[in-house]
Amino acid sequence: MPKLVWREPIETTTITNRPPGGAPDDAAALETVPQPRQAPEPTAEPKRRVVTLGDIAGRESGGLVVLLVAIGALTLASDEFLTGNNLANLARQVAIFGIIAIGQLLVILTAGIDLSVGSILGLSGASTAQFLVAGVPILPSILLGVAIGTVLGIVNGLLVTRALLPPFIATLGMLGIARGLVLVTTDAQTIQGVPDAFQVIANGTILGIPNLLIIAAVVTVVMWFVLARTVFGRYIYAVGSNPESARLAGVPVRLVTISVYMISGLLAGLGGVLLASRLGAGIPTAGTGFELNAIAACVIGGASLFGAKGSAIGAATGALIMGVLNNGGNLLAINAFYLQIAIGVLILVAVGFDQLNTRRSAAGG
Amino acid sequence: MAEPVVELHGVSKAFGPVQALSDVSLRLVPGQVNCLAGENGAGKSTLIRVLTGALRRDSGSYEIDGHPVTAPTPASVRAAGVQAVYQELSLLPHLSVAENLFMGRLPARTGIIARNRLETRARKALDEVGLTELSPHSIVERLPAATRQLVEIAKVLTADSVKVIVFDEPTTALTEAESERLLQHILRLRERGIAMLYVTHRLEEMFEIGDWVTVLRDGGLSEAGPISGYDEDRLITAMVGREISSLYPETHRHAGTPALRVRGLRRFDRSPSIDLHVGAGEILGIGGLLGAGRSGLLLSIFGAAPIVAGQVEVGGKPVKPSGPRTMMNAGVGLLTEDRKVLGLLPELSIRENVTIASLRSGSRRGLLPGREQAEEADRLLDSLRLRAGSYDQPVSTLSGGNQQKVLLARWLLTKPKVLMFDEPTKGIDVGAKGELYNVIGDLAADGLGIIVVSSYLPELLGLADRILVLRDGAVAGELPGSAAEEDVLRLASGSGGAELPDSEPPDSELPSGEDESADGGEVAAPRSATPPRPDDPGGVSRDA
Repeated sequence: MPKLVWREPIETTTITNRPPGGAPDDAAALETVPQPRQAPEPTAEPKRRVVTLGDIAGRESGGLVVLLVAIGALTLASDEFLTGNNLANLARQVAIFGIIAIGQLLVILTAGIDLSVGSILGLSGASTAQFLVAGVPILPSILLGVAIGTVLGIVNGLLVTRALLPPFIATLGMLGIARGLVLVTTDAQTIQGVPDAFQVIANGTILGIPNLLIIAAVVTVVMWFVLARTVFGRYIYAVGSNPESARLAGVPVRLVTISVYMISGLLAGLGGVLLASRLGAGIPTAGTGFELNAIAACVIGGASLFGAKGSAIGAATGALIMGVLNNGGNLLAINAFYLQIAIGVLILVAVGFDQLNTRRSAAGG
Repeated sequence: MAEPVVELHGVSKAFGPVQALSDVSLRLVPGQVNCLAGENGAGKSTLIRVLTGALRRDSGSYEIDGHPVTAPTPASVRAAGVQAVYQELSLLPHLSVAENLFMGRLPARTGIIARNRLETRARKALDEVGLTELSPHSIVERLPAATRQLVEIAKVLTADSVKVIVFDEPTTALTEAESERLLQHILRLRERGIAMLYVTHRLEEMFEIGDWVTVLRDGGLSEAGPISGYDEDRLITAMVGREISSLYPETHRHAGTPALRVRGLRRFDRSPSIDLHVGAGEILGIGGLLGAGRSGLLLSIFGAAPIVAGQVEVGGKPVKPSGPRTMMNAGVGLLTEDRKVLGLLPELSIRENVTIASLRSGSRRGLLPGREQAEEADRLLDSLRLRAGSYDQPVSTLSGGNQQKVLLARWLLTKPKVLMFDEPTKGIDVGAKGELYNVIGDLAADGLGIIVVSSYLPELLGLADRILVLRDGAVAGELPGSAAEEDVLRLASGSGGAELPDSEPPDSELPSGEDESADGGEVAAPRSATPPRPDDPGGVSRDA
């Protein structure tokens, strides 16, 4: 639990002393240049700082601990868990789901929510399969499938920023529309007969590593980089923290908001294409309920639905935890219904801990 | 002298390693106003929270009416007669005044609200605080801040037992005239024999209504005594621990070339048009009553609120105020009045809050700017003497004055030509105020054009080289920095009939419905009392 410094001890305030040089240029003359990465302590002593695990590992620390404990326990409980076969299986199960969770995370960071990812996934996947069956080459089909998701994501973003609908409502509407569309275009029939070359994408391996895992890892790393190292990423946190303040600080709030819904839609589209490839068919009902799992993964990984808190690594960790629990349940032949209960409890515990932390630091501040 | 109704003795409270209160004693006597003074972080809020039961004290005694309070909770303390009026209002904005007054104990029969009884009780409660014209059915959200504050007091007075009222900076959001009204009410409560603890940053208020003053410094009791034994200097010395020569910086400045020029700015179709200019190295003060359109004017100049007409020039170049980003790039910065709602990014760190406005200019190919910018931000924060454990901690952990410094650093990092401050010292303690005034003075001396909006007249007069007074969204007149408070008030309220038509644009397209200000406030000053061209009040300066 991060203990926040309530107030640094001050001898006296400085009023008649040297006027604090406001201009950036002569500011340096007043103090020695602080070492980067160190907590700069101009006058006060730094002795009252309390460092905790949360400071070091960030908000994902809880999720990482849970993940390691789950992996450790399963390794002990089941001989099969740490086998290459099972891990590859686990990776394939988690990958698509993790990709969607990452997209969802961006939206959640802006204090929004995207309920339409499951339906968009279904629509993109089934459409891609239809294009393929109709004889469109593989690459254009994939691009078209992903583009469908992207466009619907942009529509979501416009509904939120232009029509000023609450994200919950806008994407709830899109959830219905996208699912309806796929059922209409496919007549609720499974689309079969996609070329083998397409199926290789999700089922193949490179150097023994499942392609799906590689794709999911790339998505995670890219998003981690975007969030942690780019101006756009910082803007996402700013919008989630306080959109009005962000706007007055020159952040293009609308553009950022539209972009996160677009990316969420794009990743949902990608997930749909990958799922169609993995199953070798376009299934109109694919992805039902994925949106809630994606939100759960984000929350377990430390994201706050009020925005501005969370990370790509956290969302990936959350997705992994859920995948590991499911996989372990299968290995140990635990009734899947109990697993649902376990994941529900996990969400409550994760958020409960977070609330407790917030309240503690608030009481100390 | 009567027995104290509430007595705290030797109270201490620590948060982890930080001692927020140590050995503080406080006596609240019926019919007396005890003013609690101290800088931000001196322990005032902690003491109030201990008093109202929101915090458990670590040690010391707490007695109400001679009965020791062992395990106080907000509810039990309230039931014992200790009520509080907070700076951040506790009213529910979407409900009516009457519902707010009796929330939690609405008169009802078998769960159905007794509307008539609710209305008569609400009427009575509102009359008691002088809100005789306010309908109990009004929605709180639509009331001006001052009225809400009075409703809050009315709510406190409806409690079954009112022995003590704690006022936590009740006048922060109010203009001078409104504050005056509020203080009169407090004096009336004093006559009813209620003990009061009054917390404010405005020293003159203490002298106006206080009987006794308790000064905290660094969590401990600095001094306490009858207010008659204090003057302003001595009080400040007790709060800060040493003498302060002058709060306001010297004003020997020369206005250079115009840094910002606004011509014919109209915010709505029918609102009056506004002209103003501020030179490089000049501090322009903007005064006026609450609702006169001061904050709206700044937001419009900054491009954050729409305008229907007008030209803006920054440093001689015309700029279209189409959005905050455009104005920011042109070299304009705005520190808003409401730091929480329109300024801070609470979840982000101090450093992230400072750099957010400069990320784009420092960025290459969309990547976050490197260490250089962070170091420059750190240097700025150091030079502003920000007090924080680490610049990586969330900005929400800072006190008001330090948060203001963070926002100031944010704009300084953008290297602006013009900085606009809206109520820069709202909720900031005396020490930090002095620092901020110095910084503002230095910035002007460095050649920035500064605009300061303030409801606090001594601040406005102390800082500004020139003062523009707004009334009902129009420029009511311009005064030199040497003007007296009365001059500003006269222009602002229109009571002296001091209207300066030549400060308004000479163009012919003045809106016909000028007297219906867009804000349509109930405080609308009567324009009919405006004579065509009266004498200048206090000498009008017309520097180019």
